[in-house]
Amino acid sequence: MRKDLLTYNQIDWVTVLLYFLLVLMGWLNIFAAVYDAEQNQSIFDITLNSGRQLILIGASVLIIIVIMVIDFNFFSSIAYFVYGILILMLVGVLFTEPVAGASSWFKIGAFKLQPSEFMKVGASLALAKYFNDYNPRFTKIRSVLVLFLIIGLPVALILAQPDTGTALIYASFIIVFYREGLSPVVIGLGLSMIALFILTLLIGWLTLVIITGVIIGIIVLSILFLSGKKKVRRILITLSVGILIVGVAFSVDTIITDVLKPHQQKRIQVLFNPNSDPLGAGWNVTQSKIAIGSGGAFGKGFLQGTQTKFDFVPEQSTDFIFCTLGEERGWLGSLVLITLFVAFLLRIIFIAERQKSKFARVYGYSVASILFLHFMVNIGMTIGLFPVIGIPLPFFSYGGSSLWAFTILLFILLKLDAHRMQILKR
Amino acid sequence: MNNRKYFIQLVFILVGSIFLIKLFFIQVLDENYKLAAQDNVMRPIIEYPYRGVIYDRNGSLIVHNTPVYDIMVVPKEVEVTDTLALCNLLNIDKNDFIQKIEEARDFSFVQPSVFLKQVPNHEFAKIQDQLTNYRGFTIVARTIRNYPNQSLANALGYMREIDKTGLEKDSAKYYKQGDYIGIKGIEEYYENYLRGKRGVKFKMVNVSGLVKGSFKSGQWDTLSIPGQDLISTIDLPLQQYGEKLMEGKSGSIVAIEPSTGEILSLVSAPSYDPNTLAGREFSTNFKLLSNDTLAPLFNRPLMAQYRPGSIFKIIQAMIALQEGVITPNTRIPCDRSIIGCHGDHYYENLQGAITHSCNPYFHNVLRRVVNQKVDPDVYNDTKIGLDKWREHVASFGLGASLGVDLPNEKEGLIPNSAYYDKAYRNRPWKYSNIYSIAIGEGENLVVPIQMANFAAIVANRGFYYIPHLIKSIGEDNEPLQKYREKKYTTVDPEHFNVAVEAMAQVVRSGTGQYRAKLANIEVCGKTGTVQNDPLPDHSVFIAFAPKDDPKIAVSVYVEDAGQGARAAASIASLMIEKYLIGHTERPHIEDYVLRGKFLY
Repeated sequence: MRKDLLTYNQIDWVTVLLYFLLVLMGWLNIFAAVYDAEQNQSIFDITLNSGRQLILIGASVLIIIVIMVIDFNFFSSIAYFVYGILILMLVGVLFTEPVAGASSWFKIGAFKLQPSEFMKVGASLALAKYFNDYNPRFTKIRSVLVLFLIIGLPVALILAQPDTGTALIYASFIIVFYREGLSPVVIGLGLSMIALFILTLLIGWLTLVIITGVIIGIIVLSILFLSGKKKVRRILITLSVGILIVGVAFSVDTIITDVLKPHQQKRIQVLFNPNSDPLGAGWNVTQSKIAIGSGGAFGKGFLQGTQTKFDFVPEQSTDFIFCTLGEERGWLGSLVLITLFVAFLLRIIFIAERQKSKFARVYGYSVASILFLHFMVNIGMTIGLFPVIGIPLPFFSYGGSSLWAFTILLFILLKLDAHRMQILKR
Repeated sequence: MNNRKYFIQLVFILVGSIFLIKLFFIQVLDENYKLAAQDNVMRPIIEYPYRGVIYDRNGSLIVHNTPVYDIMVVPKEVEVTDTLALCNLLNIDKNDFIQKIEEARDFSFVQPSVFLKQVPNHEFAKIQDQLTNYRGFTIVARTIRNYPNQSLANALGYMREIDKTGLEKDSAKYYKQGDYIGIKGIEEYYENYLRGKRGVKFKMVNVSGLVKGSFKSGQWDTLSIPGQDLISTIDLPLQQYGEKLMEGKSGSIVAIEPSTGEILSLVSAPSYDPNTLAGREFSTNFKLLSNDTLAPLFNRPLMAQYRPGSIFKIIQAMIALQEGVITPNTRIPCDRSIIGCHGDHYYENLQGAITHSCNPYFHNVLRRVVNQKVDPDVYNDTKIGLDKWREHVASFGLGASLGVDLPNEKEGLIPNSAYYDKAYRNRPWKYSNIYSIAIGEGENLVVPIQMANFAAIVANRGFYYIPHLIKSIGEDNEPLQKYREKKYTTVDPEHFNVAVEAMAQVVRSGTGQYRAKLANIEVCGKTGTVQNDPLPDHSVFIAFAPKDDPKIAVSVYVEDAGQGARAAASIASLMIEKYLIGHTERPHIEDYVLRGKFLY
């Protein structure tokens, strides 16, 4: 029996169905976002984003077929190679002419390619390969350094473009690390630092330092008077945590003014106070919420939206594509999309967990984590729960690089999954 | 590690749920986003209706709408290679041009805004062809009022942008800032009929304000309804003749058709060309007219108040007859020790007293009316008598606004007992304190139109219709209801014969014989000379004609022109002639009036 031949039953059709549902919904919404009633346009018109997206979807199907016929071991064997090629491309893209202030695109005629989108695939493969081959431990300095390097290198290159939003997505690998044994304390510490950072931003560092000072004082005093064992060690830990907190609090000012660019600072500010700059940085979020909010429970109907079509919402067919759905399909549409997306993510976790090879499992978690972070940040920003970060909604937003990258990302997993029974567990 | 996969899945579900809850709040619970969305895209676009036009009684246009052109500019599209040529074309200088473009840009870069307002037709003709060479400029046609005859300015009123108080007064909230509204005259009084009904089209606009289609498929849109046309009672040739006669003088002419109350002409002098208050130059011209010491904006026929003078004696006579305190044959000596008199007479009957305007006679007549001894107390008796007298006078349309279809009509003044109580601060008063009202002096005040109406009442022998300027509104072909109601005086018709005969006598052989008598038409009239110290007296004349089938009743006031028998009587008779036979057969009288030298 030839086991490397792909058969119908081996493919996870649930995921494939969810994928095509999302792509189809995305396509219809892209049309709705650009549709102009006065011009009697067709969804197939290739001068519109919707027509072009259809071509991109067709190309995606070709990509899927190619992935499905390639030998499944191939992906594992070329993981580092792909990673390396993409790193070179990220270096190369820095030398291109900036578009809208960022050198993110290779232009070949009318064709544009964004290597940072594909880098996600490369990083995921490399990470999976490293986990599979070296079984790294998070307590070993060497392992941590390698993992940091695999992720840090593309992040540094993407930040250099600069494209903070795409770089931020690499934070999603924390979820993979957590699954593979990273201590929750580290994650908790990381999350606390973010919380602390935001808190400082909101109430000012001096207040925060005083509050933490008082709390630490109380803890130190209570330890001194209550328990006897390991007193010194506890005091030391408490104090170092306190110093860390004060350090973060102090650094906020510096980070805010020196590291973040003015538009990024404003985006964080308007997140907490959208009215602080309603026509400037707050405009996008306000208009995005108006568009979504005006949809009501059942929406205005397909192509009946006004807010997105009439350009009140920026980037309607890419980063703010969710607004069109919210406006025309209402809460019901939101419910359908979010349910589909969460089901999709849970299915990927399910697939990842049933893999026999560590390579496939780590890769599967990478896919789930990357998609999740995109989903969370993208929808979160349109409804004012996240600062405005320009990243696409996977499978939904208009754009070739992102659609193809996500398709490749997903279908490599499905290809690996289809052959999971052929792996001998180590 | 197995728990971790559940934890991760839990996080996914949690984030999805938080999103759905948040979305439920903004999409389902919060209405503000829906309103904000509507505010974003909905723009009401007003369609201004065509304002009703006004015709004279013979069908000549008095007021119509004429196109003017607003030249609009869209700054984004402006492409001017030769600014100087464009400036020359539009007749503006270069700085003006730059400033206007900047203003437009401040308003909007992509939406059209007014570049040059109300370019009149004749200027537009030469601009039109060449303007197509300049990108970014478009034309919006509007209309303004136009007055082909330059007549009747004060009766017509004018249009101007509604001001703050106007907006506050508009309880129905019809008007919006920038709307035009009729001010004064017919334009104001018939505003609701003339203006029609605005239409509104709700359009959707995009973020730049460009129209992208109808809002909700136009289900809230309303069509504009054109204003109603009005037919005026004015006889345009007569009106223009009256205006010509009054040139260089101050005063008024009111001519009424007695059988209907229709105002045939309403001349206020000095006047102005109504076209000066239409169009671009409104503010400049309005300021000039307002500051003019001759007060051309003052509508004298309705707003100037004068003492009635000896014309009042006719009313006194009829009231006394009605009260039965005299008969036409009652003779009273001309006792000039009580009150001064003029002319050569000693002991006249009623008709003679009117013809000679005998002051002592009417002094005595009013005493008889006022003190009828219904109360033994002379003071009370005077009060009762005066109030009864005032009721009679009021029934002649005096002492209160008539209700003419023009705004700002003055009341005049006919005193009653309460008036004198107040004037004398409740100290006792009796006839000897108030007798000057008997001869039309004292406290009495009348308005020219009231005097013309009085002439019409005498012509009708006891009734009148409220004088009005509009005989037909829209399709109705009828004036307003209140102008269709006959009003009777408290004096019986038979007593009017004395007045009619006396007025006929005035023209036949009295003060009116030299300048008011016509060859084939029997004119009834009465002169009045209103004291105006230290300036010369005002010349007043009321008349109607023909005596037995009155077609026209007139009052003429010429300020500072001396005796009523000169300026006013001449003008009144010329008006009658013009109306009844179409021209004057007495060119020397016309010359006399046009020359305008009445003091000698």
